[in-house]
Amino acid sequence: MKYVVLIYSNPAAWRALPAEEQDRVIKLHNDLIDELTETGEFLNIYRLADAANTRTLTRPNELPVVTDGPFGESKEVLASLWEIDVDRVERAIEIAEPLTQHSTVEVRPLMDAAGMEM
Amino acid sequence: MTEPEVEELLRQLTPQVLGALLRRYGQFDLCEDAVQEALLAAAVQWQQRGIPESPRGWLITVAARRMTDQLRVESARRRRERAAAALSPPDELVAPGSDADLPPERDDTLRLLFLCCHPALSPASQIALTLRAVGGLATAQIARAFLVPEATMAQRISRAKQRVKAAGARFSLPPEEERADRLRVVLHVLYLIFNEGYAASSGPDLQRADLTTEAIRLARDLHRLLPEDGEVTGLLALMLLTDARRPARTLPDGSLVPLAEQDRRLWDADAIAEGGALITDTLSRAAIGPYLLQAAIAAVHDEAAHAEETDWPQILALYELLERVAPNPIVTLNHAVAVAMVRGPRAGLDLLATLATDERLAGHHRLDAVSAHLLEMAGDTAAARERYRAAARRTTSLPEQRYLETRAARLRNEAR
Repeated sequence: MKYVVLIYSNPAAWRALPAEEQDRVIKLHNDLIDELTETGEFLNIYRLADAANTRTLTRPNELPVVTDGPFGESKEVLASLWEIDVDRVERAIEIAEPLTQHSTVEVRPLMDAAGMEM
Repeated sequence: MTEPEVEELLRQLTPQVLGALLRRYGQFDLCEDAVQEALLAAAVQWQQRGIPESPRGWLITVAARRMTDQLRVESARRRRERAAAALSPPDELVAPGSDADLPPERDDTLRLLFLCCHPALSPASQIALTLRAVGGLATAQIARAFLVPEATMAQRISRAKQRVKAAGARFSLPPEEERADRLRVVLHVLYLIFNEGYAASSGPDLQRADLTTEAIRLARDLHRLLPEDGEVTGLLALMLLTDARRPARTLPDGSLVPLAEQDRRLWDADAIAEGGALITDTLSRAAIGPYLLQAAIAAVHDEAAHAEETDWPQILALYELLERVAPNPIVTLNHAVAVAMVRGPRAGLDLLATLATDERLAGHHRLDAVSAHLLEMAGDTAAARERYRAAARRTTSLPEQRYLETRAARLRNEAR
């Protein structure tokens, strides 16, 4: 089963962390990626640029409007997205657990083009 | 020979060549790599220059040469003390005679299946290793079938081989007392390969759908080796009887057609006849296991020329047996459908109610889908629509979602 792991974090809180703590967390993420690459479970990672670079498109009336910055008021923004391929959802959760330091993490299955008749 | 014919021949020979190498060198990881290289060389050279007189001997010679090269590299690294042993030429392999001089070991495929489906491996690794070492598929082909990058699949295969090595697995049949359990794992791996391909036959991934053909080929090989085993026969029959319905299970646009609505003239009559004959032979003399029972159920469905002619009492009796032999919630789901067809939808729903608290099914879209179906049969349109919608939200399959949404929409229109 293919899953995406969506890692949300608060950029202001992150910047406020001591450099050693940032390094420790970055190393933890990188080590986990290495480990999952080794097990053949890791498929892809998208590291998102700082949310300040976001352009948000909406259509309040008839015309699309482009504004600078992320959608909504949330302080937490999507920081990176991993794609993994694992046997069970429990394994996906196990993988995501260490990522929760300074982040909120969502694990969501990807839709599959295959299906069984019912 | 055409390209597919060459490929077919190569894949038939894969376990034999790997078996010959393993008997000589005993190092599964290195031997397996050497055989893959020989297969690649053959695919190129045989196209250009034709099939050699002894294809098997050719492959063994080339693979053994790669193997000695490999060992030379290894032994250089490990200094001199082991070099002498590693470099001794594999006489009987360097100059093979005709194929007749080197009778293939009958059990090589079986030994390899036990090795690749070693319990120390995850199902994903067992599948990948089986397809490569026994099926003779290249890593790129396996990666395409499972929609992952080739590097990822290569990593899975190489790690699986390391694990097999670390587990101390040998190229021999497991001891008698472990044999039945180990065979069950092998059958499960073949079943997973089949299902992966069968589910994909509704989608655009034809490469992936080829996995059914591969699973059937491997199950046939296994059946040839263990003709007396009822579960091996049952699994082969189940695959044939299920795959027979493949042409009718989807529309050209990829949408799913439920069993009751399939155009049965499209079913593969030869596969149904073959699967049916396998079961009839076996039911009378072998112990009855879950694959054989599932095959028998598939056979009853396949025998009905129209959905209304389906012998549901017979199917119900088989599900009752299956619940006793191999109880699990998915079996109960299907059992409930059979109950509904024989004793009415309310009786089926009563059986489903026993699953409501089963954690193994919590949030599973199939429970919602089957409930919806039975509620629809019972005429409870509003409740049926809700459950179809819940199932549609929960499934991770696009065609299933489309089917479930269509059912829900159909009920809304009827309710108006």
